[in-house]
Amino acid sequence: MTHAYTPGLRLSEKLQIRKNRNLPLPGDVIVKKGDTVKSDDIVARTNLPGKVHSVNVVNRLAILPTDLRKNMLKKEGDSVVKDEPIAETSPFIKMFKSICLSPITGIIESISDITGQVLLREPPKPVQITAYVDGKVVETIEKEGVVIETSATFIQGIFGIGGETTGELQIIVNSPDDIVKPDDINETHRGKIIACGSIIYSDAIKKAIDTGVKGIVVGGIRDKEINELLGYDLGVAITGSEDINITIIITEGFGQIGMAQKTFDMLKKRVGSVASINGATQIRAGVVRPEIIIPYDDEETSGKSDKNESTADEESAGISIGDEVRIIRNPNFGVLGKVKDLPSELQTIETEAMARVLEVEFPDGQTAIVPRANIEAIEE
Amino acid sequence: MAEILNVIVATDCGSTTTKAILIEKRGDEYRQTYRGEAPTTVEAPFEDVTRGVLNAFAELEELSGRKILDGEKIITPAQENTGVDIYISTSSAGGGLQMMVAGAVKTMSAQSAQKAALGAGAIVMDVIASNDKRLPHEKIERIRDLRPDMILLSGGTDGGTVSHVVELAEFIGAANPRPRLGMTFQLPVIYAGNKEARDRVSDVLKDKTALRITDNLRPLLEMENLGPARLEIQNLFLEHVMAHAPGYKKLMSWTGVPIMPTPGAVGEMIQAIARKDNINVVGVDIGGATTDVFSVFDGIFNRTVSANFGMSYSISNVIAETGIENIIRWLPFEIDEADIRNRIKNKMIRPTTIPQLLEDLILEHAIAREALRLSFVQHKALAVGLKGVQKLKDMSESFDRVTEEETLIKMNNLDLIVGSGGVLSHAPRRSQAMMMMIDAFQPQGITMIAVDSIFMMPHLGVLSTINEKAATEVFEKDCLIYLGPCVSLTNSGKFGSHCLDCVITYSDGKRTEDSLSLGEIKVFELKEGEKAKVEISPANKFDLGEGKGKKLIKEVVGGVVGLVIDARGRPLNLDGSKGKEPMEKVLSEWNNAFDAYPTLPFYEKL
Repeated sequence: MTHAYTPGLRLSEKLQIRKNRNLPLPGDVIVKKGDTVKSDDIVARTNLPGKVHSVNVVNRLAILPTDLRKNMLKKEGDSVVKDEPIAETSPFIKMFKSICLSPITGIIESISDITGQVLLREPPKPVQITAYVDGKVVETIEKEGVVIETSATFIQGIFGIGGETTGELQIIVNSPDDIVKPDDINETHRGKIIACGSIIYSDAIKKAIDTGVKGIVVGGIRDKEINELLGYDLGVAITGSEDINITIIITEGFGQIGMAQKTFDMLKKRVGSVASINGATQIRAGVVRPEIIIPYDDEETSGKSDKNESTADEESAGISIGDEVRIIRNPNFGVLGKVKDLPSELQTIETEAMARVLEVEFPDGQTAIVPRANIEAIEE
Repeated sequence: MAEILNVIVATDCGSTTTKAILIEKRGDEYRQTYRGEAPTTVEAPFEDVTRGVLNAFAELEELSGRKILDGEKIITPAQENTGVDIYISTSSAGGGLQMMVAGAVKTMSAQSAQKAALGAGAIVMDVIASNDKRLPHEKIERIRDLRPDMILLSGGTDGGTVSHVVELAEFIGAANPRPRLGMTFQLPVIYAGNKEARDRVSDVLKDKTALRITDNLRPLLEMENLGPARLEIQNLFLEHVMAHAPGYKKLMSWTGVPIMPTPGAVGEMIQAIARKDNINVVGVDIGGATTDVFSVFDGIFNRTVSANFGMSYSISNVIAETGIENIIRWLPFEIDEADIRNRIKNKMIRPTTIPQLLEDLILEHAIAREALRLSFVQHKALAVGLKGVQKLKDMSESFDRVTEEETLIKMNNLDLIVGSGGVLSHAPRRSQAMMMMIDAFQPQGITMIAVDSIFMMPHLGVLSTINEKAATEVFEKDCLIYLGPCVSLTNSGKFGSHCLDCVITYSDGKRTEDSLSLGEIKVFELKEGEKAKVEISPANKFDLGEGKGKKLIKEVVGGVVGLVIDARGRPLNLDGSKGKEPMEKVLSEWNNAFDAYPTLPFYEKL
């Protein structure tokens, strides 16, 4: 049966989280099942193949491709250093000798007597994968990576830029509707992740980068700031690899939108803890949202036994009356409310489109009819 | 496969939704009777496409009362109210078929390879050519980074260059690319180039890739032979790509004919229609992430996919490409630029939302016009004659503009435009879809405009490969909604000057006369299927495709919107500075001519 499925952003004070930490190519896993790891511990490493360079040797030596092999000083698989001769001609008069030098240090990958081209490969580049979150190794996958489990506060953002980073969480505003000013950011925030209010402008972002802040979590941001920061207009929401020296996560959307009180309160409770955040966003089938993970340390967890603790893999249910939702399109964009009614018949909305709707009740008692496509469940 | 097809069930497994339709033979004709849909289940937590298909079938069963499934098995053949005669399917789930193509010369074999891949239903991620000005290591990096589903390598006419083709094979070999799906299997590479380079290419690639060799797609400069390469792409799509997608092995065992990539099937349908009525057709499917354009002109089929123009996932890219000013020019009201930018980005990050305010709807329609326009520009650039062929020209032809000369898309010879995709098919008023298509494609002369009512072109495309009659019958009766004919000028002139007089004579003898000035557009009543004779006399300098000042007399058939006479000139000029009235007012008048949007108290200014 078709049903209105409105996946929302996860927001959970305590959640059992499993993170897969996989290598891009097969390599070595250097931790064992059961090991306790810190976020910056290396858990696996591999070597990425080096860059390939091509040299058209026959053009350089002015010979025919069929004569290439007999003029080569090196064969496939041989090591070479930069500026070392790899081929030379042997003319009758030595002063006419031509030499072809290697442009790189690496190995000879292939020699082609059709094209006269020699391909050289740079040495492999080592790649290391860190644990990213404090936790325990619960699974190792031979040559591929590990699974790390942690008990943490988990908050999904709606959009982010910049990749994985960790730092101590600080809140630098008093309320979720505040606007953060450059003066609010100072030297004490170096290496930290700062949570702000409803919006952050360019001047404050610049101050944060200059100060060495590792990450910003904020309700909204203008498109203009993102453009300025990236230096181009973002066309498709596939992010996470930007080289901007900071990670920014927005929790609500573009424009000035107060951070949801619940999100703000949850962050406030965890001030001083180390947070692992990742701005990577991919809005296609197989959606990836940015995340804020704030693991509990052993002392915090051992004293408590949270029977309601849920897992990140749990399937999201549909929307029911009484559920808390966020409106995600104009009018009332960003406003939170509770589902009051779920009429089954299609209704005509202002655009004259027929849509499945629901009735939302706001905290002040007012209500509004909203297309179901325009709300988002707040999932715990 | 059952020989008699009375009941057909078809699905299209899209990235987000699996759509199922039931087609039944009623008397002598085939009709689409019921439709069901369910979320696609290719990704976690389900990771089995058949779950979504079964859910869509369950909805069909509920609506139609026909029992299709016995547990998880499809009941065949059909008997009274049980079972179906065949199940067919298309798929674009998991991002569809993503390819990279390579050829010796960018505008020759590489372009032919691109056409072959697009025609088979692929998204072409990049075109590598010996003369594309990238350095060898840049090409190798690119091949390695992109991770396509397969690579099509061409190059050289038969008996032509060997070294350039082998060089490209060496680049592919050095990149040692890994496929997008499945960590362990080898990347499929199709070689469709100079037959004399086959052994050499094979030596370079056979150990590193799953190499297939097929006929040269450009055996002569004057000849393309895209069929064998297209067929090989579709075979490999099933054998390699689909076989590694979750649940597809099971799905393939259910279908009576091979699963086709969704755009490939739409292309089949467009070609079937053009063949049946011997007409020139342009089809467009504007989705959330991509916009596909198909055309058949004088029997030549072309398809392009604008991979980053769409109405949700890629909406922001439309703005990035066209510029915000090109969106604002379509808006009949003033709005802050920063506000538009934020709204668009919010749609991008929450792509499933729908416009609730009229203002938002009009904004989305403005963006759709630009997405369609840009996609059509890209299509015209690729739908060209073969380059590298020597042609005899007379003096006058030598002075024609190159683009005009080369594109196969002659707007004045276009008979039908078919629009598909949410923003067109689900526009609250049909007249909105018609306006968007006229504004974006700017047809000339007489062109019928239609929309695909519920997006069933993919299903009918596969059906056309086994029963063309059934497919075209359903297409005309249940799939297409004819919006109406559009009669347009082919040139322009001074804004406000008198440009044409028209007389419309209806089949009941009633006559309507009118005259239009440049910049005006009018909609005349002409119901769906109703015929009328139009006589349009352009003023001296104006042309309706018959020549300047020459009268046009034609019989036209109506549609749900009516008969449109577009005297706004070509190309359409949205520069308000030349008119006496502000552009917002002109746009409002155009909207009012179509009765395109409701007049709410708040929007009276529209």
